[in-house]
Amino acid sequence: MYAFEIERPGTIADAVKALQSDGAQALGGGQTLIPTLKARLAAPDVLVSLSAIGEMQGVCLSDDGALCIGAATTHATVARDAAAHFAGLAHLASHIGDPAVRNRGTIGGSLANNDPAACYPAAVLGTGAVIITNTRQIAADDYFQGMFTTALDEGEVITEVRFPIPQKSHYMKFVQPASRFALVGVFVAKYADGVRVAVTGASEEGVFRWHEAEAALSADFSPKALDALSVDADGMIGDLHGTPAYRAHLVKVMTGRAVTAAT
Amino acid sequence: MPKDTGIGASDKRREDIRFLTGAGHYTDDIKHYGATTAIFCRSTVANGIIKSIDTSAAEAMPGVLAIFTGADFADVGGNPAGWLINSRDGTPMKEPKRPVLAHGKVRHVGDAYAAVIAETELQARNAAEAIVAEIEELPAIVDMAAALAGDAFVHDEIGTNQCFDWGWIEDNRAATDAAIKAAPHVTTLELVNNRLVPNAMEPRCSIGSYDAGNDSYILQTTSQNPHLTRLLISAFVMGIPENKLTVIAPDVGGGFGSKIYHYGEEALVLAAARKIGRPVKWTADRTEAFLTDAHGRDHVTKIELACEKDGTFIAFRTETMANVGAYLSNFSTATPTFLHGTLMAGNYTVPNVYVNVKAVFTNTAPVDAYRGAGRPEATYSIERVIDKAARELGIDPIAIRRKNFVKPDQYPFTSAAGLEYDSGNYDALMDTLEKHIDRDGFAVRRKASEARGMLRGLGLNAYIEACGIAPSNLVGVLGSRVGLYDAATVRVNATGNLSVMVGAHSHGQGHETVFPQIVGEMLGIDPASIDIVHGDTSKIPFGMGTYGSRSLAVCGSAMVRATEKIIAKAKKIAAHMLEASADDVDFKDGQFTVKGTDKSVSFGEVALKAYIPHNFPIEDIEPGLEETAFYDPANFTYPSGAYACEVEVDPDTGKVRVDRFVAVDDFGNIMNPMIVTGQVHGGLGQGIGQALLEGARYDDDGQLLSASYMDYTMPRADDLPFYTVDHANGTPCTHNPLGVKGCGEAGAIGSPPTIVNAVVDALQSAGKNVTHIDMPLTPLRVWDAMQNA
Repeated sequence: MYAFEIERPGTIADAVKALQSDGAQALGGGQTLIPTLKARLAAPDVLVSLSAIGEMQGVCLSDDGALCIGAATTHATVARDAAAHFAGLAHLASHIGDPAVRNRGTIGGSLANNDPAACYPAAVLGTGAVIITNTRQIAADDYFQGMFTTALDEGEVITEVRFPIPQKSHYMKFVQPASRFALVGVFVAKYADGVRVAVTGASEEGVFRWHEAEAALSADFSPKALDALSVDADGMIGDLHGTPAYRAHLVKVMTGRAVTAAT
Repeated sequence: MPKDTGIGASDKRREDIRFLTGAGHYTDDIKHYGATTAIFCRSTVANGIIKSIDTSAAEAMPGVLAIFTGADFADVGGNPAGWLINSRDGTPMKEPKRPVLAHGKVRHVGDAYAAVIAETELQARNAAEAIVAEIEELPAIVDMAAALAGDAFVHDEIGTNQCFDWGWIEDNRAATDAAIKAAPHVTTLELVNNRLVPNAMEPRCSIGSYDAGNDSYILQTTSQNPHLTRLLISAFVMGIPENKLTVIAPDVGGGFGSKIYHYGEEALVLAAARKIGRPVKWTADRTEAFLTDAHGRDHVTKIELACEKDGTFIAFRTETMANVGAYLSNFSTATPTFLHGTLMAGNYTVPNVYVNVKAVFTNTAPVDAYRGAGRPEATYSIERVIDKAARELGIDPIAIRRKNFVKPDQYPFTSAAGLEYDSGNYDALMDTLEKHIDRDGFAVRRKASEARGMLRGLGLNAYIEACGIAPSNLVGVLGSRVGLYDAATVRVNATGNLSVMVGAHSHGQGHETVFPQIVGEMLGIDPASIDIVHGDTSKIPFGMGTYGSRSLAVCGSAMVRATEKIIAKAKKIAAHMLEASADDVDFKDGQFTVKGTDKSVSFGEVALKAYIPHNFPIEDIEPGLEETAFYDPANFTYPSGAYACEVEVDPDTGKVRVDRFVAVDDFGNIMNPMIVTGQVHGGLGQGIGQALLEGARYDDDGQLLSASYMDYTMPRADDLPFYTVDHANGTPCTHNPLGVKGCGEAGAIGSPPTIVNAVVDALQSAGKNVTHIDMPLTPLRVWDAMQNA
């Protein structure tokens, strides 16, 4: 780790201001950034911690029935407080990392980082959620732009995520054995107007929607609907833990299991 | 019935109180006044020529006290290999120098070529980054077969990448070849014993201190054997006289073999402490542990089993390439040879065994002994090929093993691989195993699994290992450059309590609890009044440390001998106090009594008399009550076992779940059943880890792909089943005073083939023609094997 300064603003406005200084870097729960700093792979001059900002904390229902989650809310809080409203999302949050990770890591941090094997991007894209920042609202379909790449501008801060609550949903994750990130994770959400399916962990382009499965499941929300489908291995990640062909195969397996388990 | 005190009682581990409450004292916990920090510059390429190292900018940075490069150590000795292995043609193995810091060439990723000493860690890291090394990268030599065939060398001065080409037993080669040629059935299996990273919870750490007043050094370090480390530094690497060097290994957070060896960092902190006149500390980070701790295993083997159609074994023949990495670590040449080849007859009466091992230098981290050290490799090869042969011949896997077991009336039994097994009863172990596993119910359980879409497999295994290393005369003939005795000093204090100084080092084994149980029973006193002193060369006698499941069998035996000397002397003192002849004095339950009388004195009264020798026969008996014994074992000890497990395989994902695991072991007499069970649990965890999860993988450029916990899979609690562990029916070792065999490594030896046998059985049950999958059996590998079957 190199030496750095740290600031802990109490409001979004102060955080945005602090992030305008040269070499400033936002710090969410630090589950990616702190190990990166320890390995001397990043050298920010100032860390701007977002964890003391009260208006970015907590889970609530909006008037239009969406589930609103402050960006600095930890996974553990989402797992607990979203359970009554959106079981699929609470289940996802309760299976990220381990208790230490879940008590530090935040939804905003995960989405800003957009790790191709992170869990939350699958839920956000799989529900068509809205990312709210200090300057605008971004639709999920516009937000994710490839591995570790998002629509966020320099200095822009995610403040909240709004999820339309599905009739049924589930997240099924096949873990990479060492890191226990998603080797393949699939979020399936059934709405009155159709089904959305988002896949994390598998593609070199990051989280993506499996449109063929969405169409098939919209017509028949059962695992059998997937029988005739297959996923192309082209563009899938290949590494120690999974070949492209294996990941492509797992996308279909995990999608079927998510449909079976959806509540 | 289990006892509630003394030998055989499950005393709770007294050391755990400090470990579990944060009161332990590990090397990194030690804070010296004026301490400085060492940071190493390590190669990022696997193979390269060091063209230049520019330290000028770093030298000028704040807090920098000294900088070392390989040139500073060019004239001192190298870190030696502890065993000389001769090749089949009689030539000695190749022994390129292993320097303190790389000089001329770097030979693996992580090879240290410079070190910075600074006031603080931050300053040292900053300065290390400012050192400019021009290193001309060369193609990496990673694959062993390519290394043997190629004309580029890890060590140019030896002109080959082959360290040795060893045959065991060379005189049996022709007979074994002929037997295999004539055999009615031959089963062949090619397999890989996967490379492992030891992953002790505590990374290595060393602190060097120098006292100019008397020209002496202290090294505090993470070691399993402080006297061996001192000997290596003194006699080979730095030439510091042993009497001027104290090596202290305080609490050590796991070793598994990786902390047996002397490493260059230990020499560096000593040299640096002398140069700057202040203590110098280096603590490895986890990346350094992955890159530079001696790795384990890494064999590529072809094994053949020749047998009759009825399953009677005729011969085992193996050809193995064993990776030794870039440099010879201290026991790296013994591990793939005498700790491996000599076990290649297994538990069996097979008449012909021949083993060929070629040790190969590569641009990877050094490889050395890791929990089991050679015996897991032997057991894996034997027990996998037996399983394959049984399937080919249509013979039950238990029946084929029983048919070939050494029988109880055959001991002592000299195996075809040259070891003399002193005791055992493999059929009895298999009987006990069969009682535990409910084999009749397996078909029902398999059906139930299939109803859930899962494949269920049953895996079986029988193992033998050789531990309690080792008879010095024997290992000397075999090439060891050290003796492998151990030593203990029993000091009875004046007030009747005891300090027992031992050469063994406890870093998880529980010596501090078990050793007092034994001495306490022998003396009839409370174990709580006995403390074990270990890990400090200035306090303990010259023992060889802890590895090879030897602490109890070898050091424990020394402790028994020393305690016997205490009793003999105490009897003489008691006889004087009781005005009797020593021949007439009995000692039982802590009381000395005169035969046929009611006269007695207690052990405590005798101890006090020894130190306050008023009215004492000073002409005949020295005052004091302290005895030392060295013990050199007459043979290895031979634990054995029968293991079984059931696994479930998810055919859609390839994921393996271990449903149940039964380990039945013969450890001889048991001193503390709870601790033995704990040792077995730990070994099983590491063995199942090897089978399913762990694998160190280098790419073609010699980069370690699995260099962090993001990619190297350690076993977690939820990867492991609840175990059934049974060690109630041991056959005592015949040649040590306690009749003990050693339990530290057995679980890691017996479990990998058990798991793989079970997974193959599961896949076969689904009609898949899968006869072998190389470890670790990750979901990817299992799924791939099913696609191609």
